[in-house]
Amino acid sequence: MLSSAAVLLLPGLLASLSACTKPGPAGAEPVTLLNVSYDPTRELYEDFNTTFAKHYEATHDGAKISVKQSHGGSGKQARAVIDGLDADIVTLALAYDVDMLHDKGNLIPKDWQARLPNNSSPYTSTIVFVVRKGNPKNIRDWEDLVQPGVAVITPNPKTSGGARWNYLAAWGHALRKAGNDEAKAQEFVAALFKNVPVLDSGARGSTTTFAERGLGDVLIAWENEALLLTDEVGKDKFEIIVPSDSILAEPPVTIVDKNVDRKGTRAAAEAYLQYLYSDEGQELAAKHHYRPRSEKVAAKYASHFPSVRLFTIDEVFGGWRKAQQTHFDDRGVFDTIYTPKAQ
Amino acid sequence: MARRARRILPGFGLSLGLSWLYLGLLVLLPLSGLFLKTFTLTWEHFWETVASPRALAAYQLTFGASVVAALANAVFGLLVAWVLVRYRFPGKSLVDALVDLPFALPTAVAGLTLTSLYASTGWYGRYLEAAGIKVAYSSIGIVVALTFIGLPFVVRTVQPVLEEIDADVEEAAATLGATPWQTFTRIIFPSILPALLSGFTLALARAIGEYGSVVFISGNMPMRTEIVPLLIITKLEQYDYAGATALAVVMLTVSFGLLLAINLLQRWAQRRFEVRPG
Repeated sequence: MLSSAAVLLLPGLLASLSACTKPGPAGAEPVTLLNVSYDPTRELYEDFNTTFAKHYEATHDGAKISVKQSHGGSGKQARAVIDGLDADIVTLALAYDVDMLHDKGNLIPKDWQARLPNNSSPYTSTIVFVVRKGNPKNIRDWEDLVQPGVAVITPNPKTSGGARWNYLAAWGHALRKAGNDEAKAQEFVAALFKNVPVLDSGARGSTTTFAERGLGDVLIAWENEALLLTDEVGKDKFEIIVPSDSILAEPPVTIVDKNVDRKGTRAAAEAYLQYLYSDEGQELAAKHHYRPRSEKVAAKYASHFPSVRLFTIDEVFGGWRKAQQTHFDDRGVFDTIYTPKAQ
Repeated sequence: MARRARRILPGFGLSLGLSWLYLGLLVLLPLSGLFLKTFTLTWEHFWETVASPRALAAYQLTFGASVVAALANAVFGLLVAWVLVRYRFPGKSLVDALVDLPFALPTAVAGLTLTSLYASTGWYGRYLEAAGIKVAYSSIGIVVALTFIGLPFVVRTVQPVLEEIDADVEEAAATLGATPWQTFTRIIFPSILPALLSGFTLALARAIGEYGSVVFISGNMPMRTEIVPLLIITKLEQYDYAGATALAVVMLTVSFGLLLAINLLQRWAQRRFEVRPG
């Protein structure tokens, strides 16, 4: 019994073994990279990996490369890498999660974000609103979200990286409107969260709550998620509303130095990230509803991405570390919105 | 044919050793890791984490909803077990199989399904909300999810015990003039009470640690519908590993206390009702 099973398995085993060790046309072993990313980038990187493999083969004497992907909540993915997931590359939702690869895992240098152009974010997005067709509550801007009787759907900033961008976008808008009065901004955000009936733990959960369960009048979402929802799921059901100003969401990318040096994949991993900035990479990003950094590609997709006044997290909040500490850590501003005042 | 009793397993020493190793590696070591991690916190920080108003509200909700759900399962699980043991009806094997389904279903799927049923647009939800009862995104929703995932425990612990009760015991009671109610309360209930208690305990323990189904149906509103496991995830999202384990340690300690108390109760019930000479 056992031996016959082994005989049956053997050819397959040998074939797969030889496939692993068979040298490429140029004599180099095929390189395998692991890109650890967050949830909504799955389709983008599926496309990008195929295109990159062709490009790599063409520029490296026919050397083969295959990129594996892993997706999940941004923070969860960062923790997995800190705990030893062998990522060559991380492409996460916010720089704070990548910072922790330095702080908690010592896997990358502190100045990782200066290593690639544009804050190491090859594509950007912003925060917009999705409303039901016809915009029955007439929602035009951030101020409309704090009106009584408007139900706002957004995930929980304590558990979702994407939700932190939503929160900071609202804060930044209120801060500008109030002439940099922090207390007014806090009041505004507290009023906004009073209108939130459900705090899903992740962004896709919020989209489901809004789109499938029919809960709420407006969904605060990343523009790429909003475009995905309206373009591909319910063009006749939802509309995108672009507020007067919003935050520039910069999902960052970096190689994981400790891993690529151990595995000898640094050159390939760097080529991978640089290719994100190429015209082909930028095109793919735009196709998957991320705003390209390249002006040339951006001009081509101008009708797809309405212009909106954008502020950055560095300008308004002094960077992610500070924003995280002030707003989302324990006893931060978000907690005070929900915790009753101490006696 | 007097033979010396022989042990089936090869040697008590070896089996006990293996049991210890198995439990040690799988249970004791991870749990002590948990406790060790919390020791990295200062006492003040620990206390601040585990006794914050939000944590207190979450304990109350988690343990409260778990107890309610386990009680509901104790009552209705007993009924289901009774029907399955005492009656023959078409579709009985189907009902029997249905009982186990909550075991097999990934809890996130259960949560999503329950939420879509009980949301204001769902099959049950639209009528319940019209009647002024909000289930999804409220603490009632949490109880519903916890009841769902705990259902098999009571049925599967009570069922075999019910099967073992001899019909002649009841017949004897009847010939002695007992009413059906007296037969149930004095004969049947006492003999299934230990099993019922252990089913209740299992359902309770299962509910306390539940995360997947609850995050979908609860709405996760701080101070109102936020369960402790979600708070733990929250700590992890801010890379506060020690804070997360501190909450976990509190959960474990309270759960252990609860389970111990119920176990003692169960043993008392066993002694009180079962051992009756002649």
